[in-house]
Amino acid sequence: MTGFRFNLSYFAFLLHRLSGLALVCFLPFHFLVLGLGLEGEAALNQMLVFTEQPMVKFGEWVLVVLFSLHLLLGLRVLVIEWAPWPHHGGLRSGWVIIAGGLGLALGWLFLDGVLS
Amino acid sequence: MPNAMLEMRLYLLQRLTAVLMLPMVIGHLATIMYATRSELTAASILERTQSSPWLVVFYTGFVVLVAIHAPLGLRKIMGEWLRLPSKLANSISFVLFIVFLGLGLRGVWALTGVAIS
Amino acid sequence: MSHLTVRIWRGADEGEFQSFSVPMRENQTVLDVVSEVQRSQDQSLSYRFACRVGVCGSCAMMVNGKPRWTCRTHIRSLKASVVTIAPLRNMPRIKDLVTDMSSFIDKWGKAGNVFESQRDRGDAPAQVDPASPMRKAADAAIECINCGVCHAACDVVSWNDAYLGPAALNRAWSLVNDERHSGKKETMAAAMGDGGCGNCHSQGNCMAACPIGLSPTRSIAGLKKMSLLSLLGGSDA
Repeated sequence: MTGFRFNLSYFAFLLHRLSGLALVCFLPFHFLVLGLGLEGEAALNQMLVFTEQPMVKFGEWVLVVLFSLHLLLGLRVLVIEWAPWPHHGGLRSGWVIIAGGLGLALGWLFLDGVLS
Repeated sequence: MPNAMLEMRLYLLQRLTAVLMLPMVIGHLATIMYATRSELTAASILERTQSSPWLVVFYTGFVVLVAIHAPLGLRKIMGEWLRLPSKLANSISFVLFIVFLGLGLRGVWALTGVAIS
Repeated sequence: MSHLTVRIWRGADEGEFQSFSVPMRENQTVLDVVSEVQRSQDQSLSYRFACRVGVCGSCAMMVNGKPRWTCRTHIRSLKASVVTIAPLRNMPRIKDLVTDMSSFIDKWGKAGNVFESQRDRGDAPAQVDPASPMRKAADAAIECINCGVCHAACDVVSWNDAYLGPAALNRAWSLVNDERHSGKKETMAAAMGDGGCGNCHSQGNCMAACPIGLSPTRSIAGLKKMSLLSLLGGSDA
């Protein structure tokens, strides 16, 4: 039963849900890494060395993009649900494209800071 | 309908935590961009994260909000995609709330230097 | 003359697609094809239709995966060499292309959709201004004829048995905006409850599928706004 289903609004829902899922899976690891502060500077420095690996940096880039996407697509949901419904474009399809673009832009901004 | 108002209240709670987190996510992204352009040793990081009580307030608030928001999102996935019965999904969500709250506060307070006994 | 292959669902929940071949004609709707198969090839095929001119909604079926009014779906518009016809999704199947719509109708009722009035024949008719915001909101949703297409289109309906669905909630919205309706509180409570508007994820399938261009997503957004306002206003719906 596919076909008609994949309109832009549905795609936005999917992206929003999956980005949230990815972020929530990352969250415990994030909190545990922060908790290394309890074990002293040596433990933190060890973790920092680990995160210098390219694979980890790539993962961080993915997270930044997903984080931005989840925010922007969530903002879209709030607007759809609470802003006055316009004559056309109630589902704010344009927002999905903008969210994608902005997400990638923020990801680039992150990479720029990491690589320099 | 015993659950009637629960669903509506959880929906509103999800939206409320989202709205409150909007500026926090932007703030956190800005922090990330700033941090990756700064010196990244444990000492210099801790110097920055322990520099202001406002950081404690900000990130504590952020943790509380995400500890509510994330399990509520998972609750929907559990019900709709995993087809878990609602009682089970509700229980798991609550447990996750406690876990995220605990781990999150511990993590934030570890880095911001709040004494944990 | 070239021919068209159609695969039609036979059976109920258990069953299979059966292939038929019909002549390809210049003007041919999916309903024409189903009728032709039933009359000239297999009289045991069961299906529903009534007006066959696109006003009653009885002939709704899944056509190549999309819920549509078959009398308004021209074969040539499908641009496909094989047409697959199945009963409407999200409803129990009775036989072949016929579904049991009682769950759909029940959910319609569960969304608090019984119109109530405190007026009687002794009262003057209600003076409803058609240009008022409330009436405009109701008018935007009022044309629904319960065809079930949006219900079949909605993924949340397929994922959540308790969800009342776009048609029922759209109807609730038209009622809470009807100034004559004295049961607004009850309608709101039902529309905001367990299977209510909070379950909608604004996927928009309903809007894309509605044959008369209604927007249940818009109506549901209105209900969500109303729930927020009632919470801020402090009243318990």
